[in-house]
Amino acid sequence: MHLAYPAVLAVLLFCTGLYGVLARRNAILVLMSVELMLNAVNLNLVAFDVWLRDTLHAGQALTLFTIAIAAAEIGIGLAIVLMVYRNRGTADIDRLRDNAETPGGDEADHEQTGKKAEATA
Amino acid sequence: MTSVLSLAGPAGPGFLSPTGTEIAFLLVGVVTLAAAVVTVTTRQLVHAALWLVVALGGIAVEYLLLTAEFIAWVQVLIYVGSVVVLLLFGLMLTKAPIGRSPDADSGNRPAALVVAAAAAAALVWVVVDAFRTTWIDLDGPAQGTTRVSGEMLFRNWVLPFEALSVLLLAALVGAIVLSRKGDEDAEGKR
Repeated sequence: MHLAYPAVLAVLLFCTGLYGVLARRNAILVLMSVELMLNAVNLNLVAFDVWLRDTLHAGQALTLFTIAIAAAEIGIGLAIVLMVYRNRGTADIDRLRDNAETPGGDEADHEQTGKKAEATA
Repeated sequence: MTSVLSLAGPAGPGFLSPTGTEIAFLLVGVVTLAAAVVTVTTRQLVHAALWLVVALGGIAVEYLLLTAEFIAWVQVLIYVGSVVVLLLFGLMLTKAPIGRSPDADSGNRPAALVVAAAAAAALVWVVVDAFRTTWIDLDGPAQGTTRVSGEMLFRNWVLPFEALSVLLLAALVGAIVLSRKGDEDAEGKR
């Protein structure tokens, strides 16, 4: 098999995930796109491992480690999203703008955070 | 470049005479990519999770075609079995709308499209230019049977493996601590 096939497929999957991370609004959909990107990297690792016939099989070992780390990441990420949802009532990334630097200056910013604090209290 | 070529051995046949494995890889790859695109573009949140199952299952089939069978089954078990279920639980617990939600995409969608298209064009160009003549030899003993994976994991990678299990435990304990409703949390809210 040509190495170009898995490599190009991995690139396209990675860019699909990149688009999803940038364009999605719901935090859980962003996590799904991150999973797509991690899977693209895994496919690359396996393909290059099979190509190089590595005696240590570093590519496949790293793939297994990436899968485990992705599982840990999705657990922590979902816990954080659930906590944000419980505190704010939304999981939309666009509305979590406490740290945003508004061009209008500090006044609007303070007003906004004050409103948010009232809403959460 | 010459060292890479010599490492790869003789270049295989051209792209115009694909082998059976390549045809299967291409077909499954098209399905996987289509499912991934639907996952990131659909407006129904639950459907996105279900299309993600198709994409991840397709990647498992690609692992099988690359003779890495242990990783394929791990992929099915962990991703399709648990990660997607976790994501569906997350969608359920955040009360995601069941039908079409008009605001699934944020306002910077055109910018995201431009960035993704530019990255895809650049990376595909580089990868195709670099690995156009590289040939994976899939004949001979399989590279990723359970026996091979177990031997390499527990002979050469034992320490990272154990460290990773500690990390997984810490992450799960952290997730439990983050998501439980403790007494002190309720007091803090009051």
